[in-house]
Amino acid sequence: MTVRVAKPGLLSTVQDRGRHGLQHLGIVPCGAMDPVAHALANALVGNDAEAATLELTVIGPELVFGHDALIALCGGEFGATLDGRALPRDRPVLARAGARLVLGRTLRGSRAYLAIAGGIALEPVLGSRSTYLPARFGGFEGRALRAGDTLPLAPDAAELAAARYAHLAAGATRRDGIDTVRWSAPPLTLPDREPIVLHAMEGQHFGLFGAAAQRVFFDATWRVAPESNRMGFRLGGPALVADKAGELLSGPTCLGTVQVPANGAPIALMADHQTTGGYPKIAEIASADVPRLAQLAPGGTLRIARCTLEDALALARAARARLDAALRAISWGYAK
Amino acid sequence: MSEAVPKPLGIVPLGDCAAYVEFSDSLDLEVNAVVQRLAAALRARALPWVRDVVPALGGVALHFDPAHAELPAAPLQAAAAAVEACLAEGLPVAQALGRSLEVPACYDPELALDLDAVAERVKLAPEEVAQRHAAPEYQVLMMGFAPGLPHLGGLDPRLEVPRRAEPRVVVPPGSIAIAGLQAVVYPYAIPGGWNVVACTPLTLFDARGEPPSLFAPGDRVRFVPISRAEFERRRR
Repeated sequence: MTVRVAKPGLLSTVQDRGRHGLQHLGIVPCGAMDPVAHALANALVGNDAEAATLELTVIGPELVFGHDALIALCGGEFGATLDGRALPRDRPVLARAGARLVLGRTLRGSRAYLAIAGGIALEPVLGSRSTYLPARFGGFEGRALRAGDTLPLAPDAAELAAARYAHLAAGATRRDGIDTVRWSAPPLTLPDREPIVLHAMEGQHFGLFGAAAQRVFFDATWRVAPESNRMGFRLGGPALVADKAGELLSGPTCLGTVQVPANGAPIALMADHQTTGGYPKIAEIASADVPRLAQLAPGGTLRIARCTLEDALALARAARARLDAALRAISWGYAK
Repeated sequence: MSEAVPKPLGIVPLGDCAAYVEFSDSLDLEVNAVVQRLAAALRARALPWVRDVVPALGGVALHFDPAHAELPAAPLQAAAAAVEACLAEGLPVAQALGRSLEVPACYDPELALDLDAVAERVKLAPEEVAQRHAAPEYQVLMMGFAPGLPHLGGLDPRLEVPRRAEPRVVVPPGSIAIAGLQAVVYPYAIPGGWNVVACTPLTLFDARGEPPSLFAPGDRVRFVPISRAEFERRRR
């Protein structure tokens, strides 16, 4: 069972929940940049949380299904059609054998997640199917999809599609030639009106920055620079000068760490970030807010609101509760 | 068990998903040796809410999932308590932790891209730079920057040089490079600004290998000079 890649899109990679527990070897966690949308997409097609999805970036791919497949598209809003008909988002859709899924450019948000019932049948590497582009391992041959690739699906993907779609019978509908359901999952991470507001704690080296830089960091409107990628988002805005930085001892970094290199332009570390770094860390973005940052396209704007560790932990619990509620609602859709 | 072990300077949150137990903000090999032993002790505790124990140059990071069901309400305090418990119980001895590795290193100027420049800077003959570089036993202080990339301590202070003014866009895999009082080995072709003084034919990182990384924190490393011919023979 396979999907053929007719057009690859800008950057389409296989991702899952990431590769944890290996940072002591310098091995990056990776995983979906927007793990919330990834989790929703998986749940919508009845997959386990461990299943891999396709992460599609800014310009989506064109895919042809070799057999019936149950699919769901979550996260960024892309113009998407299935055999020429508008594809409803955030819900399970039955794609028939030979169906062509065309994703255009994003309309809102920058990353969409395509889940397929049964998942993507690639061998996990170091415990994960996530693609790590810089070292070329994991996912599909350690790289982004190319035209002509054939993506392996579960051998029983067609049976799973039929069985799971039958489970959805109570809510199933055929509308405008598309087999789907009458309900949808909430888009939890689509960016609000820009500039979006992200919460961040003062970082380990906040004190190395002068009062002016400290104030500017929380006052400025930052713009995601074009050279941003899965490793880090470069933030354009006023230059931040660390008064007393000098040579810092390289130390551990995290998802959401905001480092400031000598040029004064901050970098927010994203899913493929290096596990250690030697630049001063001015702030740490609350982990609950990182998925919304991941949905900003280059040019997107944001502001930073100061928070405490307690606030950030409370945000993480609240975000988890929202996701759990959405996942529960999806599972009711599958209950007979 | 009444060994004098330094107390941490403090525990710093790295956002809401990690706590950094800092022992030193400058490079100190003795402190790092304690860091390695503490990391081993913390790992052995297998706290369910901790998903990574990362020894770094001057401290240990405990990474956690902020939404984990068993995450304590105050993770920093819980991390501090775990560290104190490890220190109170006594840390494993250093020699029992890492492995001793011999790493073949070719100092041929064609591979040792910056050997001549380093020699000029420290006012030694290139041969002597190579000799001094291969003399000590190094320790893997931290892995980072890239998967499988070791930061090694133990460099001869006579070889201390700053990073290159112009970082290379691509450093060839296996390149052994120095800057400050550390050495690194590049696992695959990546950009880098360290001074390349030798090259090893060994594969440092193979995601499908068992283990995936040649080096691990706490390992002791010796560079064994080899000829260019042997380098070519052993590569692949």
